[in-house]
Amino acid sequence: MQLDNLYQEVILDHYKNPQNKKLSATFDAQVHHINPSCGDEITLNVTLEGNIIKNVSWDGVGCSISQASVSILTDLLIGKSLDQAQVIADSFMHLMQSKGTEKGDESLLEDAVALAGVSQYPARIKCALLGWMAFKDASVQALAKQA
Amino acid sequence: MTFDAHAIAKDFPILDRTIRDGKRLVYLDSGATSQKPNVVIEAESNFYRLHNAAVHRGAHQLAEEATDAYEGAREIVATFLNASVDEIIFTKSATESLNLISYAMGNAAPGNRFHLQAGDSIVVTEMEHHANLIPWQQLVARTGATLKWFSVTDEGRLDLSQVNSVIDEKTKVVALTHQSNVLGTINTLDAITKRAHEVGAVVVLDACQSVPHMKTDVKALDVDFLAFSGHKAVGPTGVGIFWGRAELLADLPPFLTGGSMIENVTMESATWAPAPKKFEAGVPNMAQAVGLGAALTYLTRIGMDNIHKHEIALTKYLIEGLSAISDLRIIGPKTTELRGGVVSFTLGDIHPHDLGQYLDSQGIAVRTGHHCAWPLTRKLGVPATTRASVYLYNTTDDLDALIVGVQGAQKYFGR
Repeated sequence: MQLDNLYQEVILDHYKNPQNKKLSATFDAQVHHINPSCGDEITLNVTLEGNIIKNVSWDGVGCSISQASVSILTDLLIGKSLDQAQVIADSFMHLMQSKGTEKGDESLLEDAVALAGVSQYPARIKCALLGWMAFKDASVQALAKQA
Repeated sequence: MTFDAHAIAKDFPILDRTIRDGKRLVYLDSGATSQKPNVVIEAESNFYRLHNAAVHRGAHQLAEEATDAYEGAREIVATFLNASVDEIIFTKSATESLNLISYAMGNAAPGNRFHLQAGDSIVVTEMEHHANLIPWQQLVARTGATLKWFSVTDEGRLDLSQVNSVIDEKTKVVALTHQSNVLGTINTLDAITKRAHEVGAVVVLDACQSVPHMKTDVKALDVDFLAFSGHKAVGPTGVGIFWGRAELLADLPPFLTGGSMIENVTMESATWAPAPKKFEAGVPNMAQAVGLGAALTYLTRIGMDNIHKHEIALTKYLIEGLSAISDLRIIGPKTTELRGGVVSFTLGDIHPHDLGQYLDSQGIAVRTGHHCAWPLTRKLGVPATTRASVYLYNTTDDLDALIVGVQGAQKYFGR
């Protein structure tokens, strides 16, 4: 069934066992993002060490797509440089806008390719992007603090 | 005439189409917008095909025909609400109707009965749709007045125990919904209208979820203003109704100004035409108003009491069916007493957006989210719910499909 393209096992696994879903006590930047059309909310902390993403933690409520997406994001980006994170985020954004025509670069996106099916459901793309937008916002703020 | 929902459904061509690889469309989202019968689609397109011209102007036959059709629709709406024809104002939506009254009040000069200032209050409720909350938030921000509200009980009813202190001598407006678009609760208005009128306040009723589903008599309701949207009442999008008591419309300043709404204009100033024209600046949504006239004629022919009875039976069937599902929690009254045909629920840990997506894969259309009533869903501690809403064309087959669909979702996401 087409729905299985959307709800791959890896997504439901992340939804049931979300990674880094506990806000860190300290952080360089904390953001709170809302999806006004469905009420999903996320709080996300970022800690940098120079150009390296030392920690990303979060808490929030939302659908399996939004929750799995941010869980996957934390697995992917912790330990990477901000430049690498930018490349990954751009690739993920491109995948989300592909309307089901692309599978995603697994060497770059790892578990995030499981979200490729989301691109066939226009109403769900913003669910998948909630955490990524929050990360982008928080990393910019954290970087600005270093200057 | 006996009521036959299966026969009625045949009047709605969209209900014949299939969804997601050949699934029968099970449309349970009429609370968001209703589907349209052929008579409405034809009335709207025939206006363009045969009668289109700007109403109230032009010395030609088409202008006459267009004006007759448009004003004829106004008469139909007036009869439908038991109102006078000059009390019916066409807007583009119920949202515009509610903005009309709030902005018009903001335009009222000192000395006008609608003038607001610091110390005055506007009373709303915790179960309002954003369309009947935010315009009032904005009006108090512009005028220095205060916003107060009735809270909602755990059972999903208005807490009116403090009616005499919530509505006091300083209250100028009480704005509330007739039926909650989330809970299905139908609000009884007697205590509110009595107290409001005792202190000289006007009552504004958001009737979007009630007018399409039950017989509405503005005189019997004893409210002062009422808003509803055409598209929820099997009519077209782009047309809403604002009704007000004639003597109040006479004092209410205009909201939008421009052509059609004037009596006299000089380079320096203008005077206003009497209602309803005072509130209908510009060339109106004529085809949509005509379509709404056809819609209300259609509903009247079937009978609003028959429609209401049918929906109550469906609601009872749905509440019973859903209540038997483990982990399912209905948000709102669990009986059909003072309750309409919208049923919101949560389902264990399955997020409404995921449930809605699964139901969609089965051809079932429901609404998910906060339903434009975010303060209410926050108060109830459920950031989002799934909502099924029924109308005259729904049958128990549709509800059986939903119940099977919900159980299927439990299996699907429980894997």
